[in-house]
Amino acid sequence: MEQHVIIQEGYTRLKKTRVLFIGGLLAGLVILIGIAVTLGSAGLTVGESYLAILAGLFPGIFNAPDLATTIVWDFRLHRVLFAVCAGFGLAVAGCVMQGILRNPLASPFTLGIASAAATGASIAIVLGAGVAGGEYLVIGNAFLFSLLAALAIYGMARYRGIGSETMVLAGIALMYLFSAVTSLLQYVGSAEQLQAVVFWMFGSVDKSTWPKLGIVALVLACTIPYLLYRAWDLNALAEGDEVAASLGVPVERSMTALMMIASLITAVIICFTGTIGFIGLVAPHITRMAVGGDFRTLLPASGLVGALLLLAADSIARSVLAPQVLPVGIVTAFLGVPFFIYLFMHRRNV
Amino acid sequence: MALISVNDLSFAYRDREVLSGITFSVDAGEVLGLVGPNGCGKTTLIRCVDGMLSPNGGKVMLDGRELRSMHRREVARAMAYVPQSAGNRTAATVFETVLMGRRPYLNWTVNRTDEEKVVAALDLLDLGDLALRKVAELSGGERQRVMIARALVQETGAILLDEPTSNLDVCHQMGVMEILRGLAEEKGLVVVIALHDLNLAATYCHRLLVMKTGSIYGYGTPDEVLTEEMLRSVYGIEAVVKRDLSAPYMVPVRPGSLREGV
Repeated sequence: MEQHVIIQEGYTRLKKTRVLFIGGLLAGLVILIGIAVTLGSAGLTVGESYLAILAGLFPGIFNAPDLATTIVWDFRLHRVLFAVCAGFGLAVAGCVMQGILRNPLASPFTLGIASAAATGASIAIVLGAGVAGGEYLVIGNAFLFSLLAALAIYGMARYRGIGSETMVLAGIALMYLFSAVTSLLQYVGSAEQLQAVVFWMFGSVDKSTWPKLGIVALVLACTIPYLLYRAWDLNALAEGDEVAASLGVPVERSMTALMMIASLITAVIICFTGTIGFIGLVAPHITRMAVGGDFRTLLPASGLVGALLLLAADSIARSVLAPQVLPVGIVTAFLGVPFFIYLFMHRRNV
Repeated sequence: MALISVNDLSFAYRDREVLSGITFSVDAGEVLGLVGPNGCGKTTLIRCVDGMLSPNGGKVMLDGRELRSMHRREVARAMAYVPQSAGNRTAATVFETVLMGRRPYLNWTVNRTDEEKVVAALDLLDLGDLALRKVAELSGGERQRVMIARALVQETGAILLDEPTSNLDVCHQMGVMEILRGLAEEKGLVVVIALHDLNLAATYCHRLLVMKTGSIYGYGTPDEVLTEEMLRSVYGIEAVVKRDLSAPYMVPVRPGSLREGV
């Protein structure tokens, strides 16, 4: 009987650790948002930044200088929140992909979705051809191509009977194909076009605006609750298709829905940011090492880790060579790879 | 009424026929062993019976209802499945892996009763000390017991196992089989188990179903089925079948090495 108590207490402790971890991440994120909004040439303090945020939210109750409110609301806050949403979404998408494909290498980047987006963007930049016009020429193409890539992977896997290895292999093959198309376009493009393509591929949150943030936030708000609702399916799928089926999961339907949603989240983010490859791969691994594999906590915690990583990387990208802004994709790799390898070497169960 | 009954089942992967004319039934409290050489269709049969594969012809009845008409979750409440090997790549603890067996009953949260059921199953399979370890860190035998514990908390009337003992040493093989036979006899479970080891199968199964290239070669008690003629015809080997213990057992011999008078 005593052992029963020990086991149950152990599990309760694990659950508490998870809640604390998520709580800690949330607190860290709120603090980092304040700091990130402060960064820049206007010389605002953290206190003034928070006040300006609150003044914008509740105009009658809080008062801040107009200049501070303008700087924060018109220039900085949407960028900071965009980084948070993009990091969150990419990490959750990576987490879902790793879960259903049971492959630690699965991520929007390794499955070819990101390179498809780059091809779409290159076609818009170099050939000027696209599905939408104006500002949305590049964005529309990137979005469309990433969804096409996801559909192609799914179609190929479906044709041969859906299997996780097939999907990963198909994704890697597509990644090479799209990279080749992008290289070809770079080869035929002019110097300015080449520069534009390369900059797009670096990945950054520079071009964020409130409407773009709105689109990403809306997609996240519609999809994340569904993914969380399906957390038990993800838990079961991690054990293998057959085990999942025997535990009552409609395997093919679940895999399709989850894969499509993860692809949609990825597409809607990278069409605005360019390829930010590292977050989707690494945030879920870091989180799994910290709180284990239960997707009920792994999903939101991965999202928060991704948000923190991307926001931290963007803050560094804005301040290291200020007023120059480094592309955030470069910083995420510089920041994340050593940290990831460190974790890897010290904890063996990834 | 038989808990599981399979009637004239056939299955093909594209145009390659893997199973044909399979008919058998299993009653509550019975351990049925599926035996036969590699590639004879044991695993495919288990997958058809669990509904993971849809048969091309015939039907599977589960407690009087046709499997095809049942929702996936209903099937999961009636029949559990233990894979050959699993759980070596997940980050889940033993407790969480076994808890997954409650999936057919859970919505999102886990309550006290679910946790207690997990603890009881861990206890039964002597896994209490390992509860908070990661499954990936366990030995093959321990992991196999974790899979069986998960099938138990699923609280089904039937458990299907696909060669659960193939990675285990003889001591653990017998340990697992003792548990399964005990569950069948004490709790009235139906156990359908694919096995390679004929002696193990004859010792622990009430009945054996011998398969040869996708069809049933023999079906009956170990005494009826385990014969020298069967071994020659199904496996293509010479062997001596002894009947001096409570269950028959076979000793394979090299061709031409049989001594006179044996």
